[in-house]
Amino acid sequence: MAMDALNPPRKSGRTGSFFNDPKVRGVMYQAIALFLIALCLYWIISNTVENLHRSNIASGYGFLNGRAGFDVGQSLIAFTSDSKYGRAFIVGLTNTILVAVTGIITATIIGFIVGIGRLSNNWLIAKLSLAYVEFFRNIPPLLVIFFWYYAILSLLPLPRESINLPLDTYLNNQGLLFPKPLAGDGFGLTLIACLVAFALVIGLVLWSKKRQAATGRSLPVLAISIAILIALPALTLILSGMPLTFEVPVAGRFGIRGGSTIGSEFISLFLALSFYTAAFIAEIVRSGIRGVSKGQTEAAHALGIRPRQTTRLVVVPQAMRIIIPPLTSQYLNLMKNSSLAVAVGYADLVAIGGTILNQTGQAIEVVSIWIIVYLSLSLITAAIMNWFNARVSLVER
Amino acid sequence: MAKKIVTALVGATLLGLGAQGASAATLADVKAKGFLQCGVNTGLTGFASPDSAGNWTGFDVDFCKAVAAAVFGDATKVKYTPLSAKERFPAVQSGEVDVLSRNTTWTINRDTALGLNFRPVTYYDGQGFMVRKSLNVKSALELSGAAVCVQTGTTTELNLADYFKTNNLQYNPVVFEKLEEVNSAYDAGRCDVYTTDQSGLYSLRLTLAAPDDHEVLPEIISKEPLGPAVRQGDDQWFDIISWVHYALVNAEDFGITQANVEEMKKSANPDIQRFLGVEADSKIGTDLGLTNDWAVNIIKAVGNYGEVFDRNIGAGSPLKIERGLNALWNKGGLQYAPPVR
Ligand SMILES: N[C@@H](CCC(=O)N[C@@H](CS)C(=O)NCC(=O)O)C(=O)O
Repeated sequence: MAMDALNPPRKSGRTGSFFNDPKVRGVMYQAIALFLIALCLYWIISNTVENLHRSNIASGYGFLNGRAGFDVGQSLIAFTSDSKYGRAFIVGLTNTILVAVTGIITATIIGFIVGIGRLSNNWLIAKLSLAYVEFFRNIPPLLVIFFWYYAILSLLPLPRESINLPLDTYLNNQGLLFPKPLAGDGFGLTLIACLVAFALVIGLVLWSKKRQAATGRSLPVLAISIAILIALPALTLILSGMPLTFEVPVAGRFGIRGGSTIGSEFISLFLALSFYTAAFIAEIVRSGIRGVSKGQTEAAHALGIRPRQTTRLVVVPQAMRIIIPPLTSQYLNLMKNSSLAVAVGYADLVAIGGTILNQTGQAIEVVSIWIIVYLSLSLITAAIMNWFNARVSLVER
Repeated sequence: MAKKIVTALVGATLLGLGAQGASAATLADVKAKGFLQCGVNTGLTGFASPDSAGNWTGFDVDFCKAVAAAVFGDATKVKYTPLSAKERFPAVQSGEVDVLSRNTTWTINRDTALGLNFRPVTYYDGQGFMVRKSLNVKSALELSGAAVCVQTGTTTELNLADYFKTNNLQYNPVVFEKLEEVNSAYDAGRCDVYTTDQSGLYSLRLTLAAPDDHEVLPEIISKEPLGPAVRQGDDQWFDIISWVHYALVNAEDFGITQANVEEMKKSANPDIQRFLGVEADSKIGTDLGLTNDWAVNIIKAVGNYGEVFDRNIGAGSPLKIERGLNALWNKGGLQYAPPVR
């Protein structure tokens, strides 16, 4: 490469030899490299297959159709020990997605608050934010997870002495229990009302944007949206005769049981991932805001734009361009860190895959599924963020 | 970039090669490296646990020592690899350990699809439940609604699912990979019930903050024949592992102990003479690939089966587990060894 730089490529027509053409040579090198890699892959795969065969270990993906035989504590979809291994994987996948998505949302909210807090003129807020960032950024995520898990286990009471919260909700060291909604006949109407409310809100946002661009007048969009989102479904529910009942948690032999439960494992993992990643997001947000030149704010003020609007309409949109690319990698980190779930017994993809691996002995197959799933999740996250990035990036005119 | 690719290629190549390393001649390999690599659990008092100086003791550990004594005439030539339930089978399959001596249940799936071989049963066990006494539970059938702590990758989690399903009971499994995690979660009250092999429960109870606040329920819900496991495809090594256990049991049968083994060599009983390799022109050890005094070496190192049991988990230990099913066949138990002939 260094040689190429020193001797700029000669025009191909003048040199006699075909192999002296840098383009041809470049293609050849790549072809050889590709061939070697393919050879190597072939050799590794055939070697592995032969070794598996020699050590009498069954192989192939047929096991996914076998009966799982084990139960899973927390699952978003129906799962029993009679379900298939394949379905167990899906349970793990949905649990991973659940903790990743909720974690990403909370981490972003906390991260923005702390990041903006670090820039605050208020000494206490700035220092507290700094302390937060330095604390969480400097301990390994596994410890943060353990910290939350053992904090929950040891600080919250045993199930028989649950803390009774309003609305028939209970908190103990096994988790949070709340009434489980049971839909009756005609509940579909309410669901339709929800969709209609959503559509209305989107329409409203678009319309008010247009109106503001045309006339300069703005509406309290947020308040109106919330009102629509609550009122419409609620009215429908009441008018259709309340087809919704609740299964309330009740005291049993082992303490409060029944209703819906969010286990301590999920809670601690979710809190740990959110708080840990938020520290990094805070730094990204701070540098993003810092990166917008002061002249922008001053110009906005000079034009008579109010400070809050300056932040919202001038600073944040420009900061977003700086924030989003590194934010994407934090989201990816959070998702990958969620695989530490196994340490606190949360049934994520790695935990369930591990159980399957052990019960079936299909190590290579399970590991390959892990790799493919995490790779796909990461690529999807990156794709969404890239799309978002393209939307906020500077459009040159 | 090129450098990275080369490193990756070399790494991948080593990986592919590595898999080829596990050869079929385990005895020769073990002799060549000079020690036995034995897979044990990560710390289950009485079965396998390290003391503060890092010396391993326990029932499963003594089995490793017995194998080393048979192979080398020296019970100290063992290195231990602590393995969680989930890690243990890949460790045997890949040749990382020469033998797995880690309260592992012999099942048809492990014996076939997982590429392992089982034969002697060193401890006949069954799965049980432990609860807090304050819950006032007297039978496993009263456990509906309970949160149950269990270790992943075990027969335990499968039996648990079957038992609750058969008896139409609800439960919430809380599954961990590491033994310490299960222990601390149960101790902190995350689960109402702890389930595993009954032998394990007796041992774990002693490690809880207040052992007397917990009790083991009477029900045994499964058969757990625990024994050593080796890779398939090496009959000689499989025979050695099997006969080490049979030697321990035969020794108890003959009344040969750590203390009297030298004297017993002079016994007039031809069975004992043959067993201890003092018969003229004996091939009793060489046929196994060992020396003729292999059984003597085992007994000198750890004693007979009864001594190993008593010292680690029986009357002479804090666990005080009864011999029960593990008494000799002629004393009402199931421990029975084929004849040395
Ligand atoms: N016998 C059962 C269970 C064996 C097992 O792993 N038991 C646990 C609980 S007593 C254990 O010994 N764990 C020790 C460790 O993970 O180090 C099996 O083979 O699947």
